[in-house]
Amino acid sequence: MDTDDEFMSNPSSEEEDMMPDDSDNDMSGDDDFDFDDEPDPEDIDIQQDFGSKKKAVYDIDYKVYRPQDIQEQQDDLIREVNMILNISKEEAAILLRHFRWNKERLIEEIMDKRSQTLETAGLSENHTQVPRLQVIPCFACDICCEDEEGLESFALKCGHRYCVNCYRQYLTQKICEDGEAARIQCPSDDCNLIIDARSLDLLVTQDLTDRYRRLLNRTYVEDRDSLKWCPAPDCENVVECDIKKKDLNRIVPTVSCLCSERFCFGCPNEDHQPAPCDLVKKWLKKCADDSETANWISANTKECPKCNSTIEKNGGCNHMTCRKCKHEFCWMCMGLWSEHGTSWYNCNRFEEKSGTDARDAQAKSRVSLERYLHYYNRYANHEQSARLDKEMFLKTEKKMVSLQKESGMSWIEVQYLSSASQALQTCRRTLMWTYAFAFYLARNNLTEIFEDNQKDLEMAVESLSEMFEKPVQDLADAKVDIMDKTSYCNKRRVILLNDTAQNLAEGKWTFNVEFTNPTPLGAVGSSSRR
Amino acid sequence: MSFATKRLGKELSKINNNSLPPGIELVSADDFEEWYLDIKVLDNNPLYQNQVYRLKFKFSAQYPIEPPEVVFVKLANRPIPIHPHIYSNGIICLDLLGQAGWSPVQNVESICMSLQSMLTGNNKNERPAGDEEFVRGNRLRPKDIDFYYHDNNV
Repeated sequence: MDTDDEFMSNPSSEEEDMMPDDSDNDMSGDDDFDFDDEPDPEDIDIQQDFGSKKKAVYDIDYKVYRPQDIQEQQDDLIREVNMILNISKEEAAILLRHFRWNKERLIEEIMDKRSQTLETAGLSENHTQVPRLQVIPCFACDICCEDEEGLESFALKCGHRYCVNCYRQYLTQKICEDGEAARIQCPSDDCNLIIDARSLDLLVTQDLTDRYRRLLNRTYVEDRDSLKWCPAPDCENVVECDIKKKDLNRIVPTVSCLCSERFCFGCPNEDHQPAPCDLVKKWLKKCADDSETANWISANTKECPKCNSTIEKNGGCNHMTCRKCKHEFCWMCMGLWSEHGTSWYNCNRFEEKSGTDARDAQAKSRVSLERYLHYYNRYANHEQSARLDKEMFLKTEKKMVSLQKESGMSWIEVQYLSSASQALQTCRRTLMWTYAFAFYLARNNLTEIFEDNQKDLEMAVESLSEMFEKPVQDLADAKVDIMDKTSYCNKRRVILLNDTAQNLAEGKWTFNVEFTNPTPLGAVGSSSRR
Repeated sequence: MSFATKRLGKELSKINNNSLPPGIELVSADDFEEWYLDIKVLDNNPLYQNQVYRLKFKFSAQYPIEPPEVVFVKLANRPIPIHPHIYSNGIICLDLLGQAGWSPVQNVESICMSLQSMLTGNNKNERPAGDEEFVRGNRLRPKDIDFYYHDNNV
């Protein structure tokens, strides 16, 4: 990929806008972010990063490509194979797709067993002539059984000849209905020759070839593990990142597209720093299964004091008989029913030992539920606030315009509102995931430090959020405050993420669920105590 | 005239002119949407001796680019042949009838011959695994079922 260097400059310039820091305050922000000023060499090795102070611990290397870059990458590879192997470009493309764009393996296999490799890839060694539309005397099409004079027909190198109309129908079906492109075979039974792009051009109309090319680009990105589409709607960019699956337990590979969409390269989710992919998956599953149900259970049910089955009281008296274990108890005090005698309606048994014991046991089983709800509610709250902040951002643009009018400030001078809004959204997203992360943390000193960081960020975000909602006339006066707070929020976020990422990379976190911590790295030195 | 009609017209006139191979008979072809054919095996495979089986073909407007829907139908004198790839409701699990295995070069005659040889080559007196459950639960058309063509030898 010789196009790399020129692309590096693009993401980096965008990145600086994106990056929450250094827009208004220069204190130490530069230490964290100037990594993208230097052209990065090809090697993307996270291990090296620990020694370097150049960038934040949680940053990873990646590149963003535009659709035309993706096209060029393919063209370059195709050209290369085309020259080395002396085959046509279309055939080179088919070969490359067959080998999932692994050029080295392709060349090796071709050198080793040429004809066999060509055949399994769907190519023919037959050099006779380039396929073209022909009128052959006495030709009858095997698909439509047409045999008119002057019928135009087409055949790939295999010689299976069909009329142009049938071929066209066949290709339309494959491309439009089945969404196939890379492996459309000759219509003949048991012939696995692949239709090449040039033949396709001869046979179908422009809109179909356009779709064909789009499908091909899609398979190109999907075939390469180091490439991923930006998930933003209408964004056609592709991100390249060399993160390995096995590294996902020590790094959270958040990438940011040129369109400013931030997403995780390791899993199909949005940016979820600081929580690692595995925990995010667990958390999302738990939320999908649990959250509403858990809320309801908490509000409407109690557990049987003996077997802990969850029981909903749907009317009737307080004399409960557990359907599962037949235990009889009082719904009010949870004590043994037998101790109630005849005075049950007063339920004056509050001090009875059996009642307190039962309530203790009940309390314990509730704790885990309440614990979950604690984290879930905060997680959900930040998620909702982030969404509201996004709506707010749209209003912000209006605010910026009216502020310009009212205060006589220039467009540049009101940009602080946009940065504030951006910071709010990014920080909220981070906060949201800190709660999912914290849910899985075991209690220890590290967790406490984490919670302190979380608290600091949360407080900063809340106060910025409040400032931001002020009426327009007050916004101008609050400019300095807002700028300061914005920068403070961003700093707190960086501190929190750095701390979490560092500990994650070093395998220091203790989780209350199964999670394979990475083996501590040698380079970490004395700080790696467990 | 649609693509399918043209082709089916040609197939029909070919069938009427030089008749079908032994063991295959056209029962009815009243329109270009649904045809019925009878098939029987030609060897002495004990599983299918003295039996005739009724096939129903349904053609879409995209035939032969798209495969037809082919199933066995049950009548008083036409049972559903026993075969590890034929469900007791007549649905056939055969790759050439699926989008992936189909080739537009195939036709009604060639499908019948394939099914004939599918029966001839079989010596297992059994239904597919999970037949009962499938027959009870299936509401999909044969072309929408995701068959897993696990065994190409039977």
